[in-house]
Amino acid sequence: MAQTIAEKILAAHAGRDSVVAGELLNVSIDLALANDITAPIAIELFDKSGVKAVFDRGKIALVPDHFVPNKDISSAKQVQIMRGFAKKHRIEHFFELGEMGIEHVLLPEQGLVLPGDVIIGADSHTCTYGALGAFSTGVGSTDIAAAMITGQVWFKVPESIKFTYTGKPGKWVTGKDLILFTIGDIGVDGATYKVMEFTGEVIESLPMSDRMTMANMAIEAGAKTGIIAPDDITRDYVNGRAKRPFKCYQSDADAAYAEERSYDVSAIEPQVAFPHLPGNTRPVSDVGSVPIDQAVIGSCTNGRIEDLRLAASILKGHKVDKGVRLIIIPGSPTIYRQAMSEGLLEIFLGAKGVISPPTCGPCLGGFMGILGPGERAIATTNRNFVGRMGHATSEVYLAGPAVAAASAVLGRIGGPDEL
Amino acid sequence: MKIEGTVWKFGDNIDTDVIIPAPYLVTTDPEELGKHCMEGIDASLSAKIQAGDIIVAGQNFGCGSSREHAPMAIKGAGISCVVAESFARIFFRNAFNMGLAIFEATGVSVGVNGGDRMSVHQETGKITDHTNGKIFSANPIPAFMKELIAAGGLMPYILKQQRAG
Repeated sequence: MAQTIAEKILAAHAGRDSVVAGELLNVSIDLALANDITAPIAIELFDKSGVKAVFDRGKIALVPDHFVPNKDISSAKQVQIMRGFAKKHRIEHFFELGEMGIEHVLLPEQGLVLPGDVIIGADSHTCTYGALGAFSTGVGSTDIAAAMITGQVWFKVPESIKFTYTGKPGKWVTGKDLILFTIGDIGVDGATYKVMEFTGEVIESLPMSDRMTMANMAIEAGAKTGIIAPDDITRDYVNGRAKRPFKCYQSDADAAYAEERSYDVSAIEPQVAFPHLPGNTRPVSDVGSVPIDQAVIGSCTNGRIEDLRLAASILKGHKVDKGVRLIIIPGSPTIYRQAMSEGLLEIFLGAKGVISPPTCGPCLGGFMGILGPGERAIATTNRNFVGRMGHATSEVYLAGPAVAAASAVLGRIGGPDEL
Repeated sequence: MKIEGTVWKFGDNIDTDVIIPAPYLVTTDPEELGKHCMEGIDASLSAKIQAGDIIVAGQNFGCGSSREHAPMAIKGAGISCVVAESFARIFFRNAFNMGLAIFEATGVSVGVNGGDRMSVHQETGKITDHTNGKIFSANPIPAFMKELIAAGGLMPYILKQQRAG
């Protein structure tokens, strides 16, 4: 029976030859992930269950990244709960400060998520790992508590939507622009319960970092996950990182899709999502005059070395506009060090930016760059809901690193060609 | 079982950041979270909610983050159930897993007003607006989800299975 890549991975993890969309399955997981916001609830439930041991201490990742370095006493207590649990159960993948990165940047970098895996995370952007050809999705803390006991999770097999990207992307067009454009097209619930399968010549030539940006934001269209079939680019990324075997799946040519959409990217400009929905997109040339107070470059969406290189290439030789605070957040210690050795940090500091340690911080209005009443930010993050980065009257505009960097210099939202 | 309460009405795409803003994600106490329920839309709302009240909303309720603090805050504020045109998938999943009653029903976002008295019959899915007399029908709940509800949520369900195992 012809199947999609998502169906094949789910079938393999349910001990079946094939599955059909709509059926409910119990599937075995390769990794369960939680962070400092979601792990404490899962740990509380696990402890209350009376179960003595986790199903596999090598298949649980605990990453305190949201409010870390601890922003206050309450957040310090949340990490204490994680640290205590990790120690008690000898959890292999607990990341203390110094090793900790933004979870969805860190885990692929460390080779902990691989093609063909089923991964669940108590974080909605867990869908990022679909970029490696895994079935990976966000769940709640209760799911993680249950999975830490059983090693399994229940899923309704989702239908897939096939997105095909053709043509030649413009100079400044990145994965962020492609996914913003797509969400703008289908809407923030355009893929609810479904898998967004990204294909086509443009995807085939995209580097892993851009693929991760695209899969990362599948949730912003309501999707269960985004997924990209593994190829040589995937294998180049994974080889040398993977410490266990993995399997690459492809969709069959005659697999059934709920819907198919094609985009010629040649005409797509860098995109900006206006408040207060990620689907509220416009080409950068249609933005008009939108002055900004802050620019944030980082997050699980765009905090990788390629993103920092792109931002640095635009900021080089410039200073940010007097009214703008520029915050750069390398996504992991490895990326931080790489940015240092490549001279990127020098460029950021020279442009009068500040460099944060790896953290989710400002993206969710946690700390490290909160907006005051009426303030406006351009950010390479993933959500621009009301109050997302601070006060309820503040505004977040989403874009890729090129537009965010250029905007920091311009003092208003604009593209790199305006510099 | 029949749920009855006064309606608090919201629009489409009510996201988890307005249901429970991130600064409050430093606790797991449902009552404390409940004090800030829907604060992103109306900071005074949680004080006005009476135990048993019902939230009615449009499309894609609960979109955004996977934070289980969102259904916890709604439950903690005293809300008995959420009725919406549709739900975002992680919120939908979390509500069943942790035991917040939710119902999908076409037409409620236009047919029901804030302040109306409403009842929801959990077994039949019959939803009645007692203020204007309109009747709606909740989408049927899949058998597995009914088992989850009967067990009291995912944790009791899997522990029962483990024991039976």
